[in-house]
Amino acid sequence: MKNILEIRNLRISFTIEKKPVEVVSDTSITIPEGKVIGVVGESGCGKTVTALSVMRLIPDPPGKITKGEIIFDGANLLELSESDMRSIRGNRISMIFQEPISSLNPVFPVGDQIGEALRTHLRVSKSEERERVIEMLKLVGIPAPEERLKNYPHELSGGMCQRVMIAMALICRPQLLIADEPTTALDVTIQAGILELINDLREKFGMSVLLITHDLGIIAEIADEVYIMYAGKVVEHSSVKGIFERSSHPYTKGLLNSIPDMRERKRALSAIPGNIPSPKDFPTACRFQNRCPYVIEECRINEPPLREIMPGHHTACFRAEEVGSGA
Amino acid sequence: MDRLALAGLIIIFTLFVVAVFDGFLAGNKPIVVRWNGGLYFPVLFRYNELEGVETVNLQQGSRKGDFALYPPLSYAPNESDLLTVLSPPSISHPFGTDDRGRDVLSRMIHGTRISLSIGFIAVGIAALIGILLGGLSGFYGGKVDFIVSRLFEIMMTFPVFFLILTILAFRDPSIYNIMIVIGATGWTGIARLVRGDFLKLRNYGFVEAAIALGGSDFRIMLRHMLPNALAPVLVAATFGIAGAILVESALSFLGFGVPPPTPSWGDVLSQSKRYVDFAWWLVLFPGGAIFLTVTSFNLVGEGFRNAIDPKIR
Repeated sequence: MKNILEIRNLRISFTIEKKPVEVVSDTSITIPEGKVIGVVGESGCGKTVTALSVMRLIPDPPGKITKGEIIFDGANLLELSESDMRSIRGNRISMIFQEPISSLNPVFPVGDQIGEALRTHLRVSKSEERERVIEMLKLVGIPAPEERLKNYPHELSGGMCQRVMIAMALICRPQLLIADEPTTALDVTIQAGILELINDLREKFGMSVLLITHDLGIIAEIADEVYIMYAGKVVEHSSVKGIFERSSHPYTKGLLNSIPDMRERKRALSAIPGNIPSPKDFPTACRFQNRCPYVIEECRINEPPLREIMPGHHTACFRAEEVGSGA
Repeated sequence: MDRLALAGLIIIFTLFVVAVFDGFLAGNKPIVVRWNGGLYFPVLFRYNELEGVETVNLQQGSRKGDFALYPPLSYAPNESDLLTVLSPPSISHPFGTDDRGRDVLSRMIHGTRISLSIGFIAVGIAALIGILLGGLSGFYGGKVDFIVSRLFEIMMTFPVFFLILTILAFRDPSIYNIMIVIGATGWTGIARLVRGDFLKLRNYGFVEAAIALGGSDFRIMLRHMLPNALAPVLVAATFGIAGAILVESALSFLGFGVPPPTPSWGDVLSQSKRYVDFAWWLVLFPGGAIFLTVTSFNLVGEGFRNAIDPKIR
């Protein structure tokens, strides 16, 4: 299968108080065509920065991509000119954001904003634009689209706004959709609807999705493969089934243990002790060492490489086999 | 909107009407002339056919049906009558006359257009420069912001009025130069407002979303950010108009304003300098007009500010 996007050995650093601080280290993520790839991690682990780097939206300064390649459909995005990049954004790669209400411009009606990408990239006529906006609003499940497109963002609910955002992102039929925590700001009942919508549209348009979230429940629902990130690095990568059935990194295990399980009643939820360290003071060698229940001497001396412990299942832990087999 | 601001708005509207129809209110050209079966509008156009016709004599009408309708105040702003020099207000000269026998009311009516257009155009120039520089500064930040910010800090250290006086001392003080000079020195406030708003808006979700949709920098600034930053600019511009009118009056008063005999309020006021001890009408009427106009613009500006400030509501 062809890969629509390959992030290879990406390193991103930010200049904080005049010192460069690496927030994403040596990260590789591959997105096969037509698949949903999840990236999971705590706040501050570098997942949003990674996603923004694909769009080349990292504020520079202070941010900078110091190393690596981002290959989209055969071209390295990091080598494109700004104007070539602009013709890709919103057209071939689109992004939806966490806060739907603040992501819409308060002074324009939503129909106008959905049509904006069409006008920018494809130069369609007014009537065709209107037609396609209405069609798109229908696709994202907004009732009475002819009426809604005249509404301003403050007149719509959060769930509606997120549907409008999705319509905005998909109107040019992009090959890749980057969804940065698309449901975090929404009610649980609406979350499911939005996820279903993203999944439906993916099938309809044959696009790939990079889904960024901290919620493993969402991953279980729609992702095909998942990357777990911790402190700017990928620590585990496998199919969704592999992660849930045989998680073999202590961090992934910790995440899974912090989800309530309906089958077991009495068990108290366990939290991972400690906090994610700030990028300024990531420990050398394994970055999870200070919070890890499986830590051994070697974890403090050498950095565990990401290795294939089973076909298609990669883990960056010296004791991955033990962790995976239970205990 | 509150009542004072509404009153201000009505006064400004009236001044506009006066400025647009000045020739219909005061002047020595008839508004309508019917002569030899043709209708003429000498206020608006120049007619060769009427050359040599004594239209004043047609005022009462004639046998052939010819007539001329004059404005209610039949003195031109620059028409001097040495027999009525410095006459106090009377029925024929409601606001009196100045030292050359020119009708003060007529000069003030014609001066309205000069004063208002200086106010509006000067502020228009200031807003254009302010939005452009403030916008670039707030959008790009970093070095651009550093340079532009220093530029308007330097601008702000100058006592603007004396800067304008100095520039006008070297340049020919035509009405256009006055507009340009007032505009070119008055943009710092607007630039600061726009810069602040752009810095804030730059981090808003919808701006990021617009970039992610592939919009160019210029498009994002103009279409997405500017409409969100326009309200405070409107308030500042309204106050700015009041300020510009005041500056123009002060310049004319000091003799650096619009060149005589062009009528402007400040110019009428400056005539009073030598006769201030008895010719009170030369002080009261133009001074009152400047006061009323500046106050009206300030009240409207205040009203705008209250309307957009959620803390006051």
